[in-house]
Order: sequence, then C-alpha cells, then structure tokens
Amino acid sequence: MSSARTRLVEFPATILAAVLNVLDAPMRAMQRVLGVPRIGWMFVAPNLAILGVFTFLPIVINFYFAFTGGVALYPSERPFTGLENLRTLFDCENFLDPSTCNKDLFWRAIYNTAEFALLQVGLMILFALVTALVLNRKILGRGFFRGVFFYPVLLSPVVVALIWKWVLQREGVLNAFLMGAGSSPVGWLSDASWAFFWCIFVSIWAHMGFYTLILLAGLQAIPADLYEAAAMDGATPWRRFYRITLPLLMPNLIVVLVLGLIRAVQIFDEVFVLTGGGPGSATTFIVQFIYQTGFAEAIHQYGLAAAASLVLAASLLVLTLAQLRLTRRNLAGRTGRDNA
Amino acid sequence: MTSLSKRALVASLSAFTLIAAHALAGEIRVACYSDGNECEVTQDLAKRFEAQNPDVKVFVDKVPYKAILEQLPVQLAAGEGPDIARVTDLGGLSKYYLDITPYVKDPKYWEANFGQTLPWMRPTPNDKGIYGMMTQLTVTGPYVNKTLFEQANVPLPGPRATWDEWIEASRKVAKATQVPYAVAFDRSGHRFAGPAISMGAKYFDAKGNLAVDDGYKTMAKKLYDWNRDGTMPKEVWGGVGGATYRDAFEEFANGRVVMYLSGSWQIRRMDSQIGKNFDWIAVPNPCGPAACTGIPGGAAFVALKRTKNPKDVGRFLDFLASEPIYAEYMARTENIPANAAVAKKGVDYKMSPQAKAALNVFVGDVGTLSPVAYQIQGYKLNRAIFNPTAARLGQAIAGEMSLDDALKRISADADEQVKAAAK
Amino acid sequence: MPSLTTLLTATRGRNRLDWTDWLSYAYLLLGLILMFGPVLWLVLSSFKSAAALNEFPPRLLPYGQRSVTVAGQDNPLPLYRAKLADGTMRELAEVRRIGIQSTLVDPKAPDQEFKVNIRDRAPVREFQVAFGNYTEIFEKFSFGTYLWNSVFITVVATLITLLFNAMAAFALSKYRFRGRDAVFLIIISTLMIPPTIILVPNFLVVSELGLLNSLWGVIWPAVATPTGVFLLRQYMLTIPDELIEAARMDHASEWRIFWRIILPLSAPALAVLAIFSVMWRWNDFLWPLIVLSRTEKFTLQLALNAFQGELTTQWHYLLAMTVITLLPITFVFSFLQRHITTGIAASGVK
Repeated sequence: MSSARTRLVEFPATILAAVLNVLDAPMRAMQRVLGVPRIGWMFVAPNLAILGVFTFLPIVINFYFAFTGGVALYPSERPFTGLENLRTLFDCENFLDPSTCNKDLFWRAIYNTAEFALLQVGLMILFALVTALVLNRKILGRGFFRGVFFYPVLLSPVVVALIWKWVLQREGVLNAFLMGAGSSPVGWLSDASWAFFWCIFVSIWAHMGFYTLILLAGLQAIPADLYEAAAMDGATPWRRFYRITLPLLMPNLIVVLVLGLIRAVQIFDEVFVLTGGGPGSATTFIVQFIYQTGFAEAIHQYGLAAAASLVLAASLLVLTLAQLRLTRRNLAGRTGRDNA
Repeated sequence: MTSLSKRALVASLSAFTLIAAHALAGEIRVACYSDGNECEVTQDLAKRFEAQNPDVKVFVDKVPYKAILEQLPVQLAAGEGPDIARVTDLGGLSKYYLDITPYVKDPKYWEANFGQTLPWMRPTPNDKGIYGMMTQLTVTGPYVNKTLFEQANVPLPGPRATWDEWIEASRKVAKATQVPYAVAFDRSGHRFAGPAISMGAKYFDAKGNLAVDDGYKTMAKKLYDWNRDGTMPKEVWGGVGGATYRDAFEEFANGRVVMYLSGSWQIRRMDSQIGKNFDWIAVPNPCGPAACTGIPGGAAFVALKRTKNPKDVGRFLDFLASEPIYAEYMARTENIPANAAVAKKGVDYKMSPQAKAALNVFVGDVGTLSPVAYQIQGYKLNRAIFNPTAARLGQAIAGEMSLDDALKRISADADEQVKAAAK
Repeated sequence: MPSLTTLLTATRGRNRLDWTDWLSYAYLLLGLILMFGPVLWLVLSSFKSAAALNEFPPRLLPYGQRSVTVAGQDNPLPLYRAKLADGTMRELAEVRRIGIQSTLVDPKAPDQEFKVNIRDRAPVREFQVAFGNYTEIFEKFSFGTYLWNSVFITVVATLITLLFNAMAAFALSKYRFRGRDAVFLIIISTLMIPPTIILVPNFLVVSELGLLNSLWGVIWPAVATPTGVFLLRQYMLTIPDELIEAARMDHASEWRIFWRIILPLSAPALAVLAIFSVMWRWNDFLWPLIVLSRTEKFTLQLALNAFQGELTTQWHYLLAMTVITLLPITFVFSFLQRHITTGIAASGVK
C-alpha cells in the first residue's frame, strides 16, 4: 500500500524533474548566447507568442475589418471602404438623442452601458466596502462568511443568469413571495426599469465577492497600532474611518474601481442570457450590439461590428490611462504623507 | 495568407498540437437541430442507411438551433462545417450549397415530388439544381384553448372568420374565464407575415424590392394596439431585445392565453406537454381583407459544397427522400410532408386524436396559402425584413419608440441589410 | 501583547455584543440568504417534474400528483379532490375528461361514476422527487463525454497556464532587459480587450491553424492570461533577489533557478492561479461555442446551452444540468476556500 502511495506522490515529481532536465540543456545554450539579462526574453516568449497569435493578430485583423465593408469573412475578399463604417456609427443629428441617429441601437447601447457601468460599479464598491469592513471585525465564522460572498464569483455567467432567470420569472419564486404578501406579481424582466435594475443586481451579486476580498486584504494590511493610537486620542469611529481607513485603503479602492469599470463596460454573458437585451433595447449594452451586428443579424456586418469594437477599445484605453494617472498621483501623495 | 506561410505556421505548431482530423472517405457529418425529435429519428435512419451501405458512415451531430443560426454561416464562410446541415434560412446560405443532381438516382423523382420547395434552395432564379431536401413543410396557424371557450359559453368562430372576429371572441372568453390574455403571437417576423399578408401586405414593391406597405402597416398597428391594450401579453413581443426569438408556448400551455398563433411544428410539443390538460385545437388561419393565409416554411437538409464526399451525400439524401423512408420520417416526427407522393397517400401518424385533428387542420391550411406567402418565404433575404419586424415592433411595444418611428426603422433596416448583402 | 488583544477585542458597549455587532451579524445573515438562497432554490427546483415546474405559485418542495391503481384500468389514474353535486368533497380518481366535464370514480368502488365540472376538482399532491431529471440526461446524452472534455480542457489548460505565466512573471519581475516595461504593459493591456471583438478574427486564425473542433483549439488561445501574469509577478517581486544571486554564484542555469527556486517559493500564488484557471476554463462558454461544433467535443457548458433550443425550453432538464455543472466548482470551493481567499490577500495588491 505505502509503496503505491509513494509512487503516486513521486510520479508528478519525476515528471517535473524530467521536464526540468529535458529543457535545461537548450535553455543553458540560449543563456550562453543571450546572456543573463536577455534570457528574460526566452521566459516571456511562450506567453507573448500565444498573445501574439491569438490576441494581437486578431486585433490587427479586426482593425482591417473595421475599415472594410461587404459580408465576406476572409479579409482578402472584403472591399476597402475607409472610414465609412465609423461614419455610419457616428451619423447622428443629435448625439444625445439616439432616435435621431442612423445606428440608434449603437447609441442606445452606449448610453445604457455608461449608465450601467457607473451605477453598478458605484453600488458594488459600496457593498464590497461595507462587507469588507464587517468581515474585518472579530466575528464568529469569519472564514465561512468570506467564502459565502465569494461563492457566486466561481459560477459561470450562464449559470448565474439561469439561476436568477428562474427566480425572476413571472411564475418564479420572487413573485410567489409577493403574492403571499398580498400584492400582485410583477413582470420583473419585462419592464424596462426593473430589467435594468436586475441586471445591475445580478452583476453585483456575481462579482462583489472578488472585490470584497481585495478590499479586505487592504484593510488587514492597515497596522492596528494606528487605530490604537487614534482611539487613545479619543477619535470617534467615524473619524478613524475617514482619516485612517479610507486614505490607506485608497490604492485598493482605485484598483477595484478601475477593474470594476473595465469589466462593467464589457458586460455581456450574464445579461445576454438573463434579458437578451430587452425589453426593447433597455438592457442592450455595447458588447451585445457588437455581437448582434457581427453574428446574430441576418447579414453579418463584420465591418460595422469591428468599427464599434474600436470605439469600445478606445474608451477602455482612456479608462486605463486614467487609472495609471490616479495611481501615480495617489502613490506620490502617500509617499509624501509617509515622509511627514 | 500565402500557402507557404500557412504551412510554416502549421508545421511549427504541429509539434505541440493534434491537428483536427478531416472527414475520411466514406464519412459524412450531418449537423442537425430538432424541433421535436427530428435528429433522433435521423440518427436511427442513418444507422439503417449504414447497414445498407457499409462503405459509408454517417455522423449526426445534434446542435442547438442557435448554432445553426449563428455559427454555421461563419463556419461555412471559413470553409469549415459539416457535409449536410438542417437549416431554416434556406436562401441566405444558398451560396454554400452543392448541386446533388449528378449524385442522385433519379432527378426527375425529385422534381416531381419536391418541385414546390426546391426553388427555395436555389441560389439564382433560373437555376434548376437540387440542393437539398425539406424535412418538413410547416405552416403557421393559430391554436385555440377550446376548453376555455366551452367554459365561457362562447361559440367558436367559423372557418372564414376574420382576425377581428377571433380577437373579439377571445376577449370575451378571457373575460369570462378570468384568463389574463386573449391572444399571443410568437415573437417572430415570420409568424407576423401570415396575418400581415391577410391584411394586404405584399412585402415586395413593383420593382421587387422589400417594402413596408399599407397592408403591413395595418397589421403592425393592430399588433401594437393589442399589446398596448392588454389583449396580448407584452412580455412576449416587448420583453426581449433585438431580433431574439421568443415563443409564447408556455403562456398557452399554462392556460394564460386563449388563442396562440404559432405553427404546425408545435404539435408534438403540445401533445407531450399539454396532453389532456385541456382541449387544444388548431383552427384555420383567420381572414383579412386580402387573404386567409399563414406562411409556409420548414427546415431542409442541404448538401454543402465543401464536402469531400459528394457521392455519399447524394446517396444519403436520396435514401431519406425515398417514399417509404420519408413517410416513416414524417410519421415519427409528426410533421407535414413536403414530398408530394407521400402527402397524397397520406401519412399513418401514430398520434393522439387531438394531434391528428390539429395536423389535419394545418394540412388543410396548406391549400389556402397565398402566393405572396410563398414568395416571401422563398426570398433569399427574407430575414432582412423578418428580423427588424420583431426587433422594432418589439421596441415600439416596449414603449421605446412610436409605431411610426418603428415602421420607418423597419424599412431602413431592411434596406440596409439588403444593400450590405449585395456588396 | 495581552493589552493589545484586549484593546482590539474590546467591544464598545458594556455588554459582550453591542448594536454594531448585532448589525454585523444581521448583515452577514442577509448576505448568506442572498448569496446561497437562489442557488438552493435552483437545486430544489431541479428535483421537480416538468409539470410541477409549471405550477404557480411554486411550492417549496417537489410535489407531483398522486395516482392510484383502480381495478379494471390498465394505467394508474390521477387522483383529485372533487366537490360533488351534493356539496361533499371526496377523493376520486379521474377516468376521463371531455371538454369541461370530468368523469371520476371512487378507487375502492369503481362502478359508480361521478360527473364533475373541471372547475370543481383539484389535484391531490404528494411529495415526489423527479430523479428522472438527472438520470434522463445521462441516458439521452453522452454526459460522460462532455464531462471528459471539460475536465481535459480544464486540467491541461491550467498546467500550461501555470508554466507559461510563471515563466513570464519571472522574466518581468527578476530581470532587467530593454523593453521589459513595455512587454508588461502590452500583456496587461490585453485585459481591456473584450473577447467578443476578436471572436471572428480569432476564429479565422484558429481555423487556418487547423484547430477547429479540437479541444486544443480551446486550450491554446486561453493559456496566456494577463491576470495570471500580473498575480504571479506581484508575488515574485517579494522573493528576495539574494536567493537568486546566490544560486547564480553556484553556477546554476537560469532555467534551473526558475524551476528549483522560484516555482516552489511561488507555490501560494501558483495555487491561487491554478484555482482561478480551473474556474475560468470550466466556465468558458463563448469561445468553445465557436470552436467546437461537433457534439462529441462539447464541454459541459455547451451541453447546458444546447438545452436552450429555439422551440423548446425544457427547464427540468436545464435545471438538473445546471446543478451538475456547478457541483465541481462547489466542491473545489468548499475544500479550498480558505486557500483562495487567503491567497488573494497574500498575493494582494501592493
């Protein structure tokens, strides 16, 4: 029995050792050629190669798609149309009123996405912060509750959407509770405002745990003696929060804010299964518009979809650059305070 | 991408990867979706075919309908995909079809028995090729909850009753039996076309381009009004976004709707899910000023150009199209036959009496189909108007835009998509 | 130190727990209900038959209509509680229903027939678990194949991800070469690219490489995760450089240093990445949907989606499959939960 067990444990170890030895010789050779600093390129190469072939190459092709028209899939068969796709997208009399636009769905999607991103991220950070603060206290079963909030993060978007779709159906359990309480059932997903609300709710439900953990880690990194000193000086809890917790948590908050925004702007899977973009176009967001234009319509307008995706990528770029500036400024501020 | 650079790339990765096996000789793959049990029956018949033809292996891949709608076109465009596929967008994919005339035993048999529907699959109007076989003929038409009518003591309108008369009667029944809604339509431009044509829509203008005419607008206004005044459940048309298909089957099966416009492919589902819970019947299509029509349709097994085994594809489709096999296929899937000889002889369906009665009503509907219905169904780009119908009217019903705006947008969307396809 | 702990644990009021503590527990309880409640409801619902699922308002536990064998009838008859003409309520079995009239008999005395309006009868229900939902999906579909595909993709992709990401993170944290920061930025920037926009071009690339309908076509594009590189790099930054210098002085090759020193020391972060990778690959949906069109290659998520056919939404099967699909993640979660959560904190955001 024990020999089998040791064999089981040794087996992966021998495999690992084998990989090490097999690759050692060629790697040493490369090291001799490149020198120690530049061997870094060899290590980063596989990752870069995969990214190159499966991310950057498609992006370049996508760019090409954006400036071509027609319905062919192969780039070589597509006629070059220059800025026409972008012009179609931006063809609006009044940019604030989607119904005056050529591609009214595109603009509705943009406004929906903006509204969604702001509301969802704002509320999610609030709840994540509160939850992290609560979890930071000395309570029974802290590890268990940490896991409770994290569990939905592990579920796939399809599963998340199906779970809530089942609950929110006209004949679902939520309406059953309502009827039990005496009021009439509501078409949760067939009313524009409610559908929007539920998209935000489900999205927060599914992702909040992850950000809670990040904030919790940040809270736990704040040295306890700071609080101790403040308490001895007679600072109220609110003051302690405002003066100690918030500033020291700021880097984590910024990370959560930007990661959250980047994800919120790209929302698709859960919403698509939950509402399909409806009712009407109330919960149609920008990625769904791209998907619909390129895939789901009768005529696959790859060029238009690609152009819309460029607009999306541009806005995400702006967001990330803003994050970099914010973090740099915050870091500078912090080091300043630390020196004081 | 030059073939040389392509080969280099493949060679370098092949050390790490398994390259997908291409179809071997004597092997054909069929991509199939089921309305009810079509794919299971196909699989079963394929085994019989393999027994008769030991040199051929047939793989039937059961995929969701969404995959056929969304992925198959992309795969075909990339030169990938199956050898045969069961599709509903007959015209839209026609550029990928293979003419199996040289591979079937008797082209005249095909012409004689499938003549009505073969044109739907031809890429150009003057083509005379055989590109596939209809696995069913479907007709749209209403189902009615007869039990509710009886409970309300309202007589069923007769065979030539108009849409307005049916709506009136259903409203009375709904009120008397406290059922929330009188009528429901599937959320689909295809379903909408039947009543629209009855109201006088012609779908095409004098030049042969897609057009939103007065008949269409009349029906659109009716649909809009019925949804807004509570005759129809808003969630169906106004509840989802884009051109997403949503049927109102659950509403009907749960007794929340008196009358339900759908089609003959739902019979099997009605039988299994509703069964004897209440008396469900099919009624002939109600009338409008121009016609009393539904719209035909159906899915076909089409042969694809990319196949490496055209002979085997032809043989398999020939097998499926033969009278005895086709008749058995129809009997087991409970579909209306597209094969004229089989239709003439009648199919020995093993269905419940309720289902049989409903099927007979639909078969009767086939005779009253308007030529416009055939025309729009056979038009290659009919989705260019069907999709916006669902999407835009849905937006109007959801209150996002006025009906007039929606109609204008439908026209614009259709034009845009037709133009894009022409490039 | 004792004074510190007493200070930290000192609660604000004179009592052991004051209102802030009660509030905290209430909040956590609410969170528990909200987070687990819907999942539990899903599991409960998955044991109901299709007919029971159509019921509204839904009952908490699975119920089905009772049926009873009656002498002279081949099949068991459904049982109803009916109100007879004289006003009495009796439990009777239904022989047939025509129109709005139901014909009922007493199972013990089947000769006497009662004719009752369907409005005046209600089904008699009993606790019935529809295990068939779970068994039928195994019969109807090659569930084992889907499971194998999901497992294969998940395990292989995770192993490759760990290797490639660790190598890249090592390079980006412990080496100084020209262009290092640019490479890091490039890798992180791919986070901003929504997968949907590179769907079609990626499909082209994968198809040209002959990887369509191959599990490898799902694996390769997914292994270079920027989050993984970021996570590991953060952790590796904390590994002291002296260790590496010492090993170099011992004439160890860089590869050996990576393999024998860095990897073992990064074990906590690697564990976190492994868990994330398992989660991502197990839940992958859109990309496998595009790449895999042959049913024998489907993963569990694709099979789940296959139930959402256009003309039929079979909720009872859908719910059962959903439960099965989330079971492995739940197991991984319950055993490794602590590792995950502390791991995120450890490799945290500095």
